[in-house]
Amino acid sequence: MDLTVIWACIIGFAIVAYVVMDGFDLGIGILFPFFKVGKDRDTAMNSIAPVWDGNETWLVMGVGGLLAAFPLAYAIVLPALYAPMIAMLLGLVFRGVAFEFRWRDPGHRAFWDRAFTAGSVVATFAQGIALGALLQGITIENRAYAGGWWEWLSPFSLLTGCGLVVGYALLGACWLNWKTEEGLQRQAVTYAGWLGIALLILIGAISFMTLTLEPQYYKRWLSFPGVLATAQVPLATIIVTWFFYRSLRLRKDAQPFLWALALFGLCLVGLGISIWPNVVPARVTIWEAAAPHRSQLFMLVGAAVMIPVILAYTAWSYWVFRGKVGHDGYH
Amino acid sequence: MIEQDWAIILARVQFAFTVSFHFLFPAFSIGLASYLAVLEGLWLKTGQGVYANLYRYWLKIFAVVFAMGVVSGIVMSYQFGTNWSVFSDKAGPVIGPLMAYEVLTAFFLEAGFLGVMLFGINKVGRKLHFVATLAVAIGTFISAFWILSVNSWMQTPVGYEMGANGQFLPGDSWPRIIFNPSFSYRLVHTVFAAYLTTAFAVGGVGAWHLLEDRNNPGARKMFSMAMWMAAIVAPVQIFAGDMHGLNTLEHQPAKVMAMEGHYQSHPEGAPLILFGIPKSAEKRVDYAVEIPKLSSLILKHDLNAPMKGLDTVPDADEPPVGIVFWAFRVMVGLGFGMLGIGLWSLIARARKSLYDWSLLHRAALVMGPSGFIAVLAGWIVTEVGRQPYTIYGLLRTVDSASPLDAPAVAASLVAFVLVYFAVFGSGIVYLLRLMQKPPEAHEAPPSDAPIRSAGVTPAAQVLSGDGRPGNAHSGETV
Repeated sequence: MDLTVIWACIIGFAIVAYVVMDGFDLGIGILFPFFKVGKDRDTAMNSIAPVWDGNETWLVMGVGGLLAAFPLAYAIVLPALYAPMIAMLLGLVFRGVAFEFRWRDPGHRAFWDRAFTAGSVVATFAQGIALGALLQGITIENRAYAGGWWEWLSPFSLLTGCGLVVGYALLGACWLNWKTEEGLQRQAVTYAGWLGIALLILIGAISFMTLTLEPQYYKRWLSFPGVLATAQVPLATIIVTWFFYRSLRLRKDAQPFLWALALFGLCLVGLGISIWPNVVPARVTIWEAAAPHRSQLFMLVGAAVMIPVILAYTAWSYWVFRGKVGHDGYH
Repeated sequence: MIEQDWAIILARVQFAFTVSFHFLFPAFSIGLASYLAVLEGLWLKTGQGVYANLYRYWLKIFAVVFAMGVVSGIVMSYQFGTNWSVFSDKAGPVIGPLMAYEVLTAFFLEAGFLGVMLFGINKVGRKLHFVATLAVAIGTFISAFWILSVNSWMQTPVGYEMGANGQFLPGDSWPRIIFNPSFSYRLVHTVFAAYLTTAFAVGGVGAWHLLEDRNNPGARKMFSMAMWMAAIVAPVQIFAGDMHGLNTLEHQPAKVMAMEGHYQSHPEGAPLILFGIPKSAEKRVDYAVEIPKLSSLILKHDLNAPMKGLDTVPDADEPPVGIVFWAFRVMVGLGFGMLGIGLWSLIARARKSLYDWSLLHRAALVMGPSGFIAVLAGWIVTEVGRQPYTIYGLLRTVDSASPLDAPAVAASLVAFVLVYFAVFGSGIVYLLRLMQKPPEAHEAPPSDAPIRSAGVTPAAQVLSGDGRPGNAHSGETV
């Protein structure tokens, strides 16, 4: 088995894990200003406070893995996405400290609540822009990025940015439906319904625009007989959407969240179909960017041992904080 | 060309700024995590409530420090790519896997158990909670292990092969790369530095509260523990620093020449310059106060050993002398100040006046932030001292940067400066506020966050009333 392919799968897994875990907690940040000040906001925050840090670590795993397994891709992509990446990092700074600071300084809680939202929106929007900028293709010469510092900006990248903000907000709303009760839960269900519609519209628009970006994408999706396989993705999206709305209507706790994740999963499958086997979409293949065999093998030993262990204690940590978030403090 | 020079200078300023800010937080949290583990362990062993209260007191502070460390650390993992992409492409095959191991073995461990450590007191049993604290403490150490291995490899690169495309490729032995020649010295010196930083921060807080109320049991306990650390670790650290210096002399002599201010070679024994003003343009140290031959004695253990100076190094390969020279003196001066406080505390203990000697408390208070200044100064010595290289002797800093326009780097630098001062400035104010409050007999949990699941009965509460650390009834002896 080709180590490079294995590493592409591991990094793909880190991206999936990141979206699954950090998507909903960024989404709660995005929706935060719509919750009532006081008990509702505290509950929303507390539903993610014990786990957000571990969730965000998958982002570091994704980029660290990229540096280690595909250093050339890391070296090309980050300068190309310079402004969105810096914006994402600064957004993450604001939202990360807000978890602690809003409790430490009640006099400025309103400020740190706004920082929590602004940071979450900026970080998410920047991630979405980064995705769009990569898909539309970046300028490369001699193993290096050769475009300007605004190349990432386009209607398409702004659209993917909006798509991710709506998508994470949907995950956040579904998470709150699962973890909270009463008024906040009802509010979350209402939001989830509308955000689901908005997301489907955006997914449709982004999908059609993607087909026009590069001939590779168009051929990959629509040439016969491949189309028989790729057509299953939109079909599955329709089925998942039906189950999602059904679970919302039946007032299920966990199911809407899981169906929303399935929707994200299908988007990622679609993304994989478009770009495989490139690590910089339509530009650099995974084999061109790959680190030497020794680097990949050495890391694979660590990843094979550690990733299951990490998943185990992450699951344990979620299990400790299972169930609805209550309101009864300890004192 | 001119614009390219600006882009590199701005990128260097940006990296120096973000890494210096970041380093303050792990320097504190590495030591603090271990201190918390010791406190919780002592509480489990002795059942004395004072330990549980101190645990809760410092846990609140740890949570804030850790959050700032995490968010400033994520920035670092991207900065290699955004601003130093050529370096990342060339060095990625060697340092990338080490950093990936840091994520896999340290970051996840810390982050995964932090939630339980901060919020899980009522949800898991005492022993499991202690395991979580230990996991976080061990995670901080493992993180230091890997990142210092990366840094040391950049200072003393070995075990690599050059690829046809200009990349550094790993040779046949990873242990050779990981345990490169300067690694063990740097690891020991840095981890002790983190312990001393924490000891003096804790000691300073304890001293502050002793000056207000010398009978506060929490303040007495934390001051005493901190002073034991100072008395034991400060001398060991000075020894470790000396060993690290000898290692640097072997592998990076130009750095030591800059630290010593030796512009000229001294064939018959070099003097130790205590103070002076290095003038690189004239290649001399003005107003030098020096002790003849002492530098040769310290570095070569021989009064008359010849020492080469920067006159043996081409100008283009020299580090900036002034900043290295001064940062080194700040670090060493503070180190001896720490040793002084440690010895003073031993005398105070022998005279049974550890809690009553207000002059000692004042001195400890003044030295409270000394560790932070010393680690920054030490970091400047080692990082500026290895210029003009990123990979020592092999890849120059000017050849490592990303192909970015200067305005892009300038804009991001301004954004980092504004955000860091605003956010981390507020954070530091919150830390000082937390430290200003005296430790009480009934410390509240780390956050006012009401976290408890409905319908899940926390096992610890069922067991007994004293099932959680810091419970007011838990064997209070004070």
